[in-house]
Amino acid sequence: MNLPKEVRTIHNGGTIFLDDLPLLPEELFCQILLDAIDHGWRVLSYFGLPEGDEVTLFGLLGYKEDGLIAVIRSRVRESFPSLASLCPQLQLFEREIWEQCGIVPEGHPWLKPLRFSPLITGERQLPGVMEQYRVEGGEVHEVAVGPVHAGIIEPGHFRFQCHGEEVFHLEISLGYQHRGIEAGLAGGVHRRTIFQMETAAGDSTIGHTQAHCMVMEALTGRRVPARGEALRGIALELERLANHTGDLGALAGDVGYLPTASFCGRIRGEFLNMTALLCGSRFGRGMVRPGGTGFDCSDRQREELLRRIEVTRRELTVAVELLWSSPSVMARLEKSGAITLKDAEELGLVGPAMRGCGGARDTRKDFPFGIYRMKQIPTVTAAGGDVHGRVLVRWLETERSLDFIQELLGQLPGGGCRSGSLGASPPAPGMLAVALTEGWRGRICHVALTDTVGEFKKYKITDPSFFNWSGLALALRGEQISDFPLCNKSFNLSYCGFDL
Amino acid sequence: MTDLIIHLFLVLLMPPLLLGVISRTKALFAGRSGAPLLQPYYDLARLFRKGMVLSDTTTWLFRSGPVVTLATVLVASLLIPLGNHAAPLSFDGDMILFAYLFALGRFATILAALDTGSSFEGMGAAREATYSCLAEPTLFFALIVLARLSGSLSLSGMLTQPLGAVWADSGASLLLLVGALFIILLAENCRIPFDDPNTHLELTMIHEVMVLDQSGPLLGCVLYGAALKLFVLSAFFIRIVLPFRTGDTLADWGLFVVSLLLLAIAIGTVESVMARFRLTRIPQLLIGAGILSSFATLLILR
Repeated sequence: MNLPKEVRTIHNGGTIFLDDLPLLPEELFCQILLDAIDHGWRVLSYFGLPEGDEVTLFGLLGYKEDGLIAVIRSRVRESFPSLASLCPQLQLFEREIWEQCGIVPEGHPWLKPLRFSPLITGERQLPGVMEQYRVEGGEVHEVAVGPVHAGIIEPGHFRFQCHGEEVFHLEISLGYQHRGIEAGLAGGVHRRTIFQMETAAGDSTIGHTQAHCMVMEALTGRRVPARGEALRGIALELERLANHTGDLGALAGDVGYLPTASFCGRIRGEFLNMTALLCGSRFGRGMVRPGGTGFDCSDRQREELLRRIEVTRRELTVAVELLWSSPSVMARLEKSGAITLKDAEELGLVGPAMRGCGGARDTRKDFPFGIYRMKQIPTVTAAGGDVHGRVLVRWLETERSLDFIQELLGQLPGGGCRSGSLGASPPAPGMLAVALTEGWRGRICHVALTDTVGEFKKYKITDPSFFNWSGLALALRGEQISDFPLCNKSFNLSYCGFDL
Repeated sequence: MTDLIIHLFLVLLMPPLLLGVISRTKALFAGRSGAPLLQPYYDLARLFRKGMVLSDTTTWLFRSGPVVTLATVLVASLLIPLGNHAAPLSFDGDMILFAYLFALGRFATILAALDTGSSFEGMGAAREATYSCLAEPTLFFALIVLARLSGSLSLSGMLTQPLGAVWADSGASLLLLVGALFIILLAENCRIPFDDPNTHLELTMIHEVMVLDQSGPLLGCVLYGAALKLFVLSAFFIRIVLPFRTGDTLADWGLFVVSLLLLAIAIGTVESVMARFRLTRIPQLLIGAGILSSFATLLILR
């Protein structure tokens, strides 16, 4: 699709001068958003920046066919037209803008707080205190789950409207984990910033930190040596392996299939330990740093990693093959929590949830970054959009990631792993920088805007969970309520990544 | 007299061991070493020493639930012959009492669950009531078949007769019965593939979700009652499957204990090699068990 000439496009990890970005009239801004989404562009991020009594809206769209990121902006006062009913993937973004900037999306179908952060007026809100969707009727009953759950997991509130065992509607209310990460980044880069990025969603440490480092490198013009990119790629794939393996095991556990559950639980630890072998932290803390990586990989470490990968691949294959050969497991996974590809596209699902519906969207291929610019990793998809699809995608990605790591380790580029010192140099002023990475849950988007002295005016993080929670709610429609834990696990979304 | 003492001894002390054997079997299949075999005893000892937390919204119904359930199963355990030794209590028609003692216990559990007013426990109660209705016919068909084959209306009469000869005579019917009863054994005792006694996911539970609010000694009663129920139904099942007798009393008792442990291993194996069914599939299997047992009845009526 040919975009109007007012739209500026950049590539992943690119920057643009804010002054080069035209301020579009409100109608044109909305028109471009709608047209682009109609033509297969996807919303990457959409946020507001309060300036005096006006708010500048920024829209970022991605087009996978040619890896372009379009940036548009407009300036509004007090209110802006809501496009949520035409384009569901904007729904949460509009609520977020309302909550953060205090401007009203006119015509939003149901405007409610998202994270219950203190309003612009300073008034405190309690999480979960809002009007929830209700189905009326004598035979309908409501089941409330959480925010405190029976497992050691994060808090979130789920409200089911049920007719017997069948779920009519599920409403998910989050915000209990809101830490104010984005607000805390204003005026940065601070010394603490990199550590905050590592814990934006703790199980996606590498994914988020790499996105942040790409933003920093774009703003400071730093280049990453080839060895650094390769090591980042290995760390990112190890993170994917650990989490996918954990999920495969947990899914087996949820259907009561013990052998795979136990084996995968242990093998997940093996992958975490491989990350620890690289950087001393099982969750990859300290691994990715602006300009490269915090740790190099010696020949001894490389040999050890290759050996462990080989052993673990064998064990994991045996454990997961058990799943496919058990009819009782397949009977549970197939046709549970299905989403159509059309719905998935409309909601803007990302990551394995999207690929499990048959949608070939993978940031590593669509918007290549880091090592993936030099070395391709095949995108895998599965048909069905059900739990089985999401499980299958996880397994296929696991295999691809293992291949990828083995190849990279076999031909690790020489040279240093980092350019320059560990500390961050001050970013360039008046810029907008975008970085997309493919964390194990899906696309992670970081956007930074710097002011005239090179401090962050706004830093926007969009975690894959931000899109995918809506997918979970939709997947439950018409399902058995007893299948909720299984569907939930097949998405395995982050609460803190959403709440930030 | 010796038989009575051994009967009471086994009934009171052996049930938790079955749970221990099942969980050890599952652990071995999963490649773990697993909890000690005696862990269920430690758990019970711990629970009976603990205090209780009672919800403000509950009444005496909630507290009576576990007690009534345990009492009914204890009485039922006096009616069931263990191995080929007659039960301490036995009279014509005690099989009806046997069947409805379990129903009474279930009724008390369901009332206690509804008493909490929690939506989870309400869901669990609905599921339990539905599935037990579907499981009941199978038990009665089994009792009818055994009553007809033995000409006795008491459990002791049915199960202590020389069943070896009956197997030779009406093997087909008994085989169908064994299949149906194994399904009921797993369903009534909340084992995989019907229910997962180890899950923490309250939305998927059947039995466990009804006792979520129980704690301390009352939870101990629930756990012990569940173990005892498994013991009693296993004894019923194992007597039909392995109707051997050696003639020596002590050897017969030994045979009974060993076969019970083997059954526990078999249950553990089933739990290890298959996943849970979707809840919508459970009625189908229970009705299937009912049909199997009705065929068993038809076969002996011809």
